[in-house]
Amino acid sequence: MSDATRPIGLPGIHRLFSPLVVLGLLGVFGASTMATLMASADSGPRASTLWLLVKWTPLLFQGFLMNMLLSVSAMALGTVIGAFWGLGQLSDIAPLRRVFWTVTQFFRNAPWLVILFFVMFLVPFEVRIAGVTVPLPDWLKAIIGLSLPVAANFAEILRGAVQSISSGQWESAESFAFSRRQAMWLIILPQCLRRMLPPWMNLYAMLTMTTVLASIVGVQEVMATVAKVNGAEGRTDLLLPIYTYVLIWFFAYCYPIARFTRWLEQRSA
Amino acid sequence: MGIPLPAAQPLIELHDIHKSFGAHKVLAGISMDVRQGEAVCLIGPSGSGKSTLLRCMNGLVLPDQGTVRIGPFDVGRIRHDRDKIAMRKYVSIVFQQYNLYPHKTVLQNVTLAPIHVLKQDRAEVEARAHALLAKVRLSGKENSYPSQLSGGQQQRVAIARALAMRPNVILFDEVTAALDPETVGEVLATIRELVEEGLTCILVTHEMGFAREVAHRVYFTDQGVILEDGPPEQIFGAPRHERTKAFLSQVL
Repeated sequence: MSDATRPIGLPGIHRLFSPLVVLGLLGVFGASTMATLMASADSGPRASTLWLLVKWTPLLFQGFLMNMLLSVSAMALGTVIGAFWGLGQLSDIAPLRRVFWTVTQFFRNAPWLVILFFVMFLVPFEVRIAGVTVPLPDWLKAIIGLSLPVAANFAEILRGAVQSISSGQWESAESFAFSRRQAMWLIILPQCLRRMLPPWMNLYAMLTMTTVLASIVGVQEVMATVAKVNGAEGRTDLLLPIYTYVLIWFFAYCYPIARFTRWLEQRSA
Repeated sequence: MGIPLPAAQPLIELHDIHKSFGAHKVLAGISMDVRQGEAVCLIGPSGSGKSTLLRCMNGLVLPDQGTVRIGPFDVGRIRHDRDKIAMRKYVSIVFQQYNLYPHKTVLQNVTLAPIHVLKQDRAEVEARAHALLAKVRLSGKENSYPSQLSGGQQQRVAIARALAMRPNVILFDEVTAALDPETVGEVLATIRELVEEGLTCILVTHEMGFAREVAHRVYFTDQGVILEDGPPEQIFGAPRHERTKAFLSQVL
């Protein structure tokens, strides 16, 4: 069915999970599980990998929740910071524009992992505010570290959206004597919200997949939990199933976002 | 502001206006006056500087040389926001592409500037907006969004939006050029009513029949200068300049 003839409406589940993709994933999972099950049948009385996955699921899910916490928090913080940077780049004060442009470009063109390490070692593990010592746990520092590249990317999304509004809107605002600030907040930015939503959600999906980097800097998220499980079980036949299992979780979380984003883009096009 | 103008004094005076965009000279010495209650049509080939000239009359374009007086304001010498607002209230504009605010309803489009720029009372502005929408025959569309309206309806919203400022002068920049032929008539009928009510109107237009019927004075511009001007009978009936004749023979 061509895009033009598609009925407008929420995407059906059949389009969220195209059968081929789901079959493929189940196939990989099934084959790897079968392979390890057969292997375990040879080597005496050991728990099956399937059982191990079930057993560790609550703990793995706790780790996955940490990924969700990181992604939602870093997105919220990054969006707020990025809005400032993006608006700063649109300021009518030239030096301000340059400062925010430089900051944005700096964090947009740096590897996320390097920024993460940078923040981890730059930010102290505790701060003293008015005599009270406030600890800064690793996960909080990871949120800050991840929010910076998010902010830089969101600043560009915002700037692009503002610049995509037709010049006629600015001219119209000026002819009715709106100040630049009024024109921005009353006329231009509200029109940008819809345009920014798809790339913003795209950014969120990217961020969610990137949160696993936090395991490298010691945050107990799902990948760090997998490492612990592997250490505790010491079973090489568990490696493939457990990573596939985690992959499926991320896929199940991110793929609907990607499809929904695509649907939004098609609707607004 | 607030100084009543002597009746004899023009509402808008342009004196020896020059304007270039880069190396391209758009206006090359234009002087003209617009008087209270006049309907003025600017005609001429595309690229002859008509729209730029019109934008000089509300300060959207500042000339490189020459003076523009709009009511009590010398446009080149406006320093305070208060004067700028008063100047823009004095002259309203309707654009070719309507430039309505797509995220606002029809009613909000009309009330936005009076409420936020002129700081007028919301209830009073809304009452006036309802009356203006009735005047442009769009009663019942208050809560529609611009995208739900036809081009002609959107343009009439734009006219109501301009009128909501209670301007002394209203500028129309090729307001029917982007419309489907069947909706051109409804927009022109609205403008004709405004002229008949005595509102000072300045139109850049390619609607020669309309200019001929409605205008008090027609200016023919070409290559940045006014080649000739006069009452429509003269411009359309007995053009003096060769280029005016050539232009009219093409468009009529």
